[in-house]
Amino acid sequence: MNFWTDPVNVAAEWLKDVFIGWGMTDPYATALVYLLGAFLLVALVMLLDVFLVWVERKVVARFQDRIGPNRVGPFGLIQPFADIIKLIIKEDITPAGADKVVYNLAPVLSLASVLLLWAILPLSALVYGVDLNVAVLYLVAAGALGTLAVIMAGWSSNNKYALLGAFRTVAQMISFEIPMVVVLLIPTILTGSMSLKTIVERQDIWYVVLTPLGFVIFLISAIAELGRAPFDLNEAESEIVAGFHIEYSGMKFGLFYAGELLHAFTFGGFMAVLFFGGYRFFGLEQIHPLVAVLILMVKALLGYWVIMWIKYTVPRIRIDHMLALNWKFLTPLAFALLVVTAVMHRLLGGTQPWVYALGLFLSNVVLLLAALEILRASARRQRRQEEAVLSAVAETAGH
Amino acid sequence: MHNEWLYIGVFLIVAGFIPVAALVLAWVLGPKKPNPIKQSTYECGIETVGESWVQFKAQYYVFALVFLIFDVETVFLFPWAVTLDKLPLFVVTEGIVFIGILVAGLLYVWRKGLLEWV
Repeated sequence: MNFWTDPVNVAAEWLKDVFIGWGMTDPYATALVYLLGAFLLVALVMLLDVFLVWVERKVVARFQDRIGPNRVGPFGLIQPFADIIKLIIKEDITPAGADKVVYNLAPVLSLASVLLLWAILPLSALVYGVDLNVAVLYLVAAGALGTLAVIMAGWSSNNKYALLGAFRTVAQMISFEIPMVVVLLIPTILTGSMSLKTIVERQDIWYVVLTPLGFVIFLISAIAELGRAPFDLNEAESEIVAGFHIEYSGMKFGLFYAGELLHAFTFGGFMAVLFFGGYRFFGLEQIHPLVAVLILMVKALLGYWVIMWIKYTVPRIRIDHMLALNWKFLTPLAFALLVVTAVMHRLLGGTQPWVYALGLFLSNVVLLLAALEILRASARRQRRQEEAVLSAVAETAGH
Repeated sequence: MHNEWLYIGVFLIVAGFIPVAALVLAWVLGPKKPNPIKQSTYECGIETVGESWVQFKAQYYVFALVFLIFDVETVFLFPWAVTLDKLPLFVVTEGIVFIGILVAGLLYVWRKGLLEWV
């Protein structure tokens, strides 16, 4: 173990020795090293977040046939810093009658819930915050905090539009957590562990091959959980102006915005970790830990790009369609997929890897086809009923 | 000494500190000239009528209740999923029966018409 092969852990050990040399006891030195490490990680993530603003604005501009920011710095790269300065020196307005404590806590919680996710994201085999043995559960728990921040913001603003946004959040964003939790069980079953690092290490075959349907369900419910289009009913600009953050301005709005962008990127990262082999890419990750970090970042950026692509392509869905999609299609499908995966995993557990992979893949395809067939049959039945009603009405009108 | 949850706790403090620091900075640097019009509730140019914390459609809460049941029960599935390889066949079957009961609950809610948006 030297500085070249494992920079983070060696630096941490060295720093700890320095602190102990200054006369600190071991627990305090460890806590201080953790504090510095966490601070470094969060600072880097916030720097990344600043550039995500630029990425998002450039990409949306290209989708809408514009150029995007290109004046401040090369390719407009300094633009986000100009935005931050503008946000910081704006007046901090709290609407009269707002629940002040909750109102000010909501943006903090919104960003903090996303930052918390970075504690468990394995950036490479040696560079990671912490390798929890219940990381998958932690992912769900920290994600739910973000939903809570939205509800708090909507409730405390003393504004009807904001309250409407919060109500919609209650109905939708939390509904989509069910298929997401169920789908998160699938990598857990395939790995036999909830630790994200173990999940990455076991992915000799990417889990997206073993469970493509699981990945699609995870992508849909992740977008809904993020509250991004087509599932952005809680902030629908054309209906309820901006929904839950209507009364927020200046840096408080900035925190919501930064939290949303970072959340999307973080979910890109988790998609990479859970389904696309994380920091592994055909042995390239063994060159150097930082190369592995780069691989994960590229995969996360691709996931983020797919989320943006969907956001700027698909129009917003109606609330009843959205709830029907979740409760009547995704949730039963996710449970069916869980049972099928568990059974196939038990049946094919001891066989050749390719038999195992092929079996799981085919079972996913068969399940998807069956689900679509059931959907088509029920839609046909419904259409026939509606036609019968219409013709009955027409007959009565004729008499 | 390696304590995972100590790190999470430290991380929680840092993750809370960064946004609070940003807010404090904005509060210090920004102008402070409040007036009643500026602080009034935003409603597309017209004044708000009545109380803002209105009662609203109960159906939103029905979905929250259904969610609560499912979310709590899916958490029970995690230990089962982790040890699926080592469990005896009987326990695996039991897990599947448990999922069946969950889906039966969903079907019940569905049949009762609570999943229809009216």
